[in-house]
Amino acid sequence: MSAAGNLNEQVSGGYSLLDRIGKKRLRNIAIIVAVLVVLSIIAIANDGSELFFQRVFDGLNNGFIYSAMALALVLIYKATGVVNFAQGDMAMFGTFICYVYAVNMGIPVGFAILLGMATSALGAAVIERTLIRPFDPRNHLAITIVTLGLLLVLNSMAGVIWGYDPRAFPTPFPNRNKSFHLFGAQIDYTKLYTWITILVAVLLVSLLLNKTKIGLAFRSVSSNLESSELVGIHVGRTLQFGWALAAAVGTLAGSLIANTTFLDPNFMSRVLIYSFAAATLGGLDSLGGAVIAGIIIGEVETMSGGYIAFIGGTLAPTTALVVIVVVLLIRPSGLFGSKRVERV
Amino acid sequence: MTATDGQAVHESSAPADSLLSVSGLRASYGQIEALHGVDFHVRRGEIVVVLGANGAGKTTTLRAVCQMVSTKGSIVFDGQSITGKSTTDVARRGVAHVPQGRGTLADLSVDDNLLAGAYTRKDREVRADVDKWFTVFPRLRERRAQLAGSLSGGEQQMLAVARALMSRPKMLLLDEPSLGLAPIIVQGLFQRFDDMNKADGTTMLIVEQNANLALDIADRAYVLEAGETVLTGTADDLRHDEGVRKAYLGY
Repeated sequence: MSAAGNLNEQVSGGYSLLDRIGKKRLRNIAIIVAVLVVLSIIAIANDGSELFFQRVFDGLNNGFIYSAMALALVLIYKATGVVNFAQGDMAMFGTFICYVYAVNMGIPVGFAILLGMATSALGAAVIERTLIRPFDPRNHLAITIVTLGLLLVLNSMAGVIWGYDPRAFPTPFPNRNKSFHLFGAQIDYTKLYTWITILVAVLLVSLLLNKTKIGLAFRSVSSNLESSELVGIHVGRTLQFGWALAAAVGTLAGSLIANTTFLDPNFMSRVLIYSFAAATLGGLDSLGGAVIAGIIIGEVETMSGGYIAFIGGTLAPTTALVVIVVVLLIRPSGLFGSKRVERV
Repeated sequence: MTATDGQAVHESSAPADSLLSVSGLRASYGQIEALHGVDFHVRRGEIVVVLGANGAGKTTTLRAVCQMVSTKGSIVFDGQSITGKSTTDVARRGVAHVPQGRGTLADLSVDDNLLAGAYTRKDREVRADVDKWFTVFPRLRERRAQLAGSLSGGEQQMLAVARALMSRPKMLLLDEPSLGLAPIIVQGLFQRFDDMNKADGTTMLIVEQNANLALDIADRAYVLEAGETVLTGTADDLRHDEGVRKAYLGY
């Protein structure tokens, strides 16, 4: 075709535009990194490097949990276009189920958590089938309201079944009271294992989505519902898979943090706020963005609480709100979210 | 419109070798009925073109076949009624639809788009088919790792067609494949349709504004007007029909 050359020019024109956007983004990232380095140097100069690194690692603890929860939120957002407000309480309920398996039934904690993840996945599949699928997937408001209702139901059900007294949740990891030192900071082995577990979980989720047929269906449905139907994908079942996967990831996050926060029907609500912030910052439709932003949010929480006196521990949750508002104002698609460009 | 060579339509029974036969098809968007009784059939191996002005109901006809709008009337595909089935079900029975605006999976790579097209297949020749379409459309091979949303219009149309054919459908529905494409690219694309039809016997139902081009490769054609079939005939008949010539061919 003689139009090929012309077409090529147009396309490469598009690429150079993308390059320019890329350079601008790189510059922004460089500015942010420079500001962070300066702040870190000031922090180290004032309070010493040990405290600084201790806070960095403490930030990582929460950060990884926020990453996992944000990942769960993004999975459902990508599938349905809806923020699942019940995600925290689904994780809470799942963690209680792990608790029942581990403490009441005496199953080894690691297996109890895996079993609890499977149970939550099944439960979420049932919830999707009975409460979500009857609604038109394009009716986002209705589905959002359903997730709010689900939040209340799960929360009060947990209250009725297990009561509101905080319970200690066992850790699945060995060396539970031992720690090691890095850069003068003390790190518990339990925490190190938590980070590794979540990293492995994130890796498995991304393999599942990118290398399997059901993953292809999931990505296809999140990209274009109608076209997915036209290639014969069962949209309902695919969304159900998304809910199940999100619930399993949420339960994992819940049972990994319950060891430090104690378990009660409201223990995930604070975590959920930070995870919302992380999902927003990462760009609601970016899985990798959610993971990175989760860690950023964890650090922001710990650093602002630690170094800015008037924020302290009590005001720290407001940093999550500040992040959400600022991101929505300045960059609604988040750090890594896709800005939709329609081509005709 | 006067029908001189073509015949005014009221087909009561479609021929026995029809792959798709539609009669008394009504379709509505909410309260508004867009099709008021459309009749047509497509035989195995045929290319049939649906002509009509804007708003005549061409796109709705294709959407109705795939059950993407609420429909009444009879739609029989491959011997079985598909009225009231789900879109997914219709696709699984072997109808591949390239919607208007192409409907590529913008956030997926070119490769993944083609694999998604083969979603319903369980055989082991999927990879070989991907390679086959890369041979037919070499430009797609160059862009295989790129997100479909970043392709040019023509490339996206190629991808949409290749993706639809990845399912090895019994029938291909094409909705305005020429829309927004440069004339030279459109000609190449229609040449491809003709080749595919001749080589693999792929049955096609094409909705097209560019009547000249469409009639060149078509066996038969229908003319829709205000939600009804008003005229049918072989492509040659319609090309010489005075009404069609004035309204759609422009000479």
